[in-house]
Amino acid sequence: MKTFRIGGIHPTDHKLSANIPIETVALPKQAIVPLSQHIGAPAQPIVEKGDHVKVGQVIAAANGFVSVNVHAPISGVVTKIDTALDAWGLPMPSIFIDAEEDGDEWLETIDRTPDLNRIYKLTGKEIIKKIQDAGIVGLGGACFPTHVKLSPPPGSKVEVLIINAVECEPYLTCDHQLMLERGEEIFIGISLLMRALEIEHAIVGIENNKKDAIELFQKIANRHFGIEICPLKLRYPQGGEKQLIDATIGRQVPSGALPIAVGAVVQNVATVYAVYEAVQKNKPLIDRVMTVTGESVTRRGNYLVRFGTPLADVIAQAGGIPENTGKIIAGGPMMGRAMSNVNMPAHKRTSGILIMTEAESVRREPVNCMRCGKCVEACPMGLEPFLLVRQAEMRLWDDMEQNAIMDCIECGCCLYSCPSNRPLLDYVRMGKATVGGIIRTRATQK
Amino acid sequence: MKNLIISPAPHAHNNDTVQKTMLNVLIALVPAYLVSLYFFGLGALIVSLTAVISCVLFEYLIQRFLLKGKNSIVDLSSVVTGLLLAFNLPSNLPLWMIIIGALVAIGIGKMSFGGLGNNPFNPALVGRVFLLISFPVEMTAWPRPMNNWNIFSSYIDAETAATPLAMLKGHFGELPNTMDLLLGNMGGSLGEVSAIALIIGGLYLIIRKVISWHIPVSILGTVAIFTAILHAANPELYASADIHLLTGGLMLGAIFMATDYATSPMNGKAQLFYGIGIGFITVIIRTFGAYPEGVSFAILIMNGVTPLLNHYIKPKRFGEKVKAQKVTK
Ligand code: SF4
Ligand code: SF4
Repeated sequence: MKTFRIGGIHPTDHKLSANIPIETVALPKQAIVPLSQHIGAPAQPIVEKGDHVKVGQVIAAANGFVSVNVHAPISGVVTKIDTALDAWGLPMPSIFIDAEEDGDEWLETIDRTPDLNRIYKLTGKEIIKKIQDAGIVGLGGACFPTHVKLSPPPGSKVEVLIINAVECEPYLTCDHQLMLERGEEIFIGISLLMRALEIEHAIVGIENNKKDAIELFQKIANRHFGIEICPLKLRYPQGGEKQLIDATIGRQVPSGALPIAVGAVVQNVATVYAVYEAVQKNKPLIDRVMTVTGESVTRRGNYLVRFGTPLADVIAQAGGIPENTGKIIAGGPMMGRAMSNVNMPAHKRTSGILIMTEAESVRREPVNCMRCGKCVEACPMGLEPFLLVRQAEMRLWDDMEQNAIMDCIECGCCLYSCPSNRPLLDYVRMGKATVGGIIRTRATQK
Repeated sequence: MKNLIISPAPHAHNNDTVQKTMLNVLIALVPAYLVSLYFFGLGALIVSLTAVISCVLFEYLIQRFLLKGKNSIVDLSSVVTGLLLAFNLPSNLPLWMIIIGALVAIGIGKMSFGGLGNNPFNPALVGRVFLLISFPVEMTAWPRPMNNWNIFSSYIDAETAATPLAMLKGHFGELPNTMDLLLGNMGGSLGEVSAIALIIGGLYLIIRKVISWHIPVSILGTVAIFTAILHAANPELYASADIHLLTGGLMLGAIFMATDYATSPMNGKAQLFYGIGIGFITVIIRTFGAYPEGVSFAILIMNGVTPLLNHYIKPKRFGEKVKAQKVTK
């Protein structure tokens, strides 16, 4: 079975919420919709205070090419356009919508029936336009606008579309469950993307801990042209773009380059489902499936959440915050961020909520680095974390640059594997920030 | 609601610790230790206990009164150093010499550089080589393995025997047979005699991922190839590869001493060079040098080269020189 070639670890996968059917979370009384739920310029509000909006209506328009529309997740009245606090208590400009009646009055143009729509009507260009209009971004966590990835720069040639159905983060199961429940839709979505990219070959990478999904997808793939299922050996961070490309097609994206450099475009499986909904059902991206999980969570599972719903409401539906909670993490344990504000609204980036008990949250005291090389062995980019840390401590920025610190994908494998519990990634991140700044500044001189 | 803990990712750890690592090394040393208790009886017990206790005690005292740092003996690394030091000593060495060896190993070899991970040379070997140079007679008079068990005489008035390696310089005929070499029924330092027991320990370490195969395999491979060539050139003068592999401190050195974390290179590629260097120097000293045994010196020399290897031989970076492959359909 295939996998990537350098480094990597085998964390316990803790898929506690696997095979729990997707449950819809009750609509909030008030939805807080951030204008920036994607990488790139924040969207421009096009509604005003007092406007009545329906579910799916554009409330903020894309501001430039690397930007996407934002839509009303509930129906109601716009009460203000103001800042709300994000998960770390920092302000983010948002549109506040108070629900009217049940808050679920949709635009008439949206097809809300569960029927499959297999009819391909649009051309590639039209599909890409539709995707941008629908506000679709990479739902794997990067939130990079999808239409940008589908528009390769002139001179580059796309050979293959790789679907990221790896879900290598421990605990998270939302993609897995989505695949089990919406397999056919996802295949139609893949076909749409292949049309948009004008290619005839797609590979779906699925890790081997999701045997049921692999089996199901292999069955469906028989009926679809050009889509191949690639089961992958369980290994973190296989869902990293570069690692996934290496695992599936055996090509390594060079340092600093994008996947297109080796002819690949990677899309997350949840994104593909969003593409299906946008193109075939005319439904913009207003909700997503997220995993709410943790050893102490009573109703852990996979929840379909409208954006703008306070995460506290989502957690409440999953049984509430347990007494012994130490940390609440947006995302998974390897790359997720610890939150300070659970009233933060769900948005496109929120792939999961992981509640850790106090006991699980403690980080052990670091001791001397014993130079065991475990961090070097674990690093999927072939870096030397222990060395980068030493250089960060001594502020040897040039040396760090030479040792390819900018290649670090912040996967956390190094810190995860360190017996001395050194704060490796913490220092590497600091170093990256400074070295990145130096590189950008240098570029402005030329 | 009470405050949530905020810390950067990752929020998970594989729960490996220095202590667990050292414990695994100790477990891996058990087979060889049992063999040495069997062959050398009470002597082995006395020497090893003295070495371990004094190493732990010196680390504790130095940390407490000189460095004034956090108590570090709980990480078990000084137990490992003590046991490895004992493994490199004859089983009838006077206690005071062992204590001096322990002081040198821990005090100079390890703590003077700042403790675990900062020492450039393998502490147990520093202690051993210090003793070898200071007390060459005592350090090279090895008790003969007991064939009839008499625990009490084994430490006090053990018969001594030359090691097979010493015999290599001229007395081929007296060499023990291969089976005895494998099991360890020969003269030698406390823990080095049984190749089989050491290999079992080494396999355990590799399976538990405490060490990788690179260092032991490259050392043993180099010694095997190099001595086989010499032997082929002149069988009268040079012993065969199996004799070299199974005698002296080679197994112990290749599996347990050369793989010491702090003093060996950090990535597989560099480790291969390091191992080849050790193997090469070992054979040179053994066949052409004045000492019968060269493993300790070879490892210490390559310890000194480790920083260079780390600097010049980097792990394979992602995206660096890989063959582009065709997307097959
Ligand atoms: S894993 Fe930790 S102890 Fe080992 S070399 Fe890296 S930083 Fe040092
Ligand atoms: S976080 Fe960076 S340095 Fe650490 S293992 Fe991942 S890529 Fe390597």
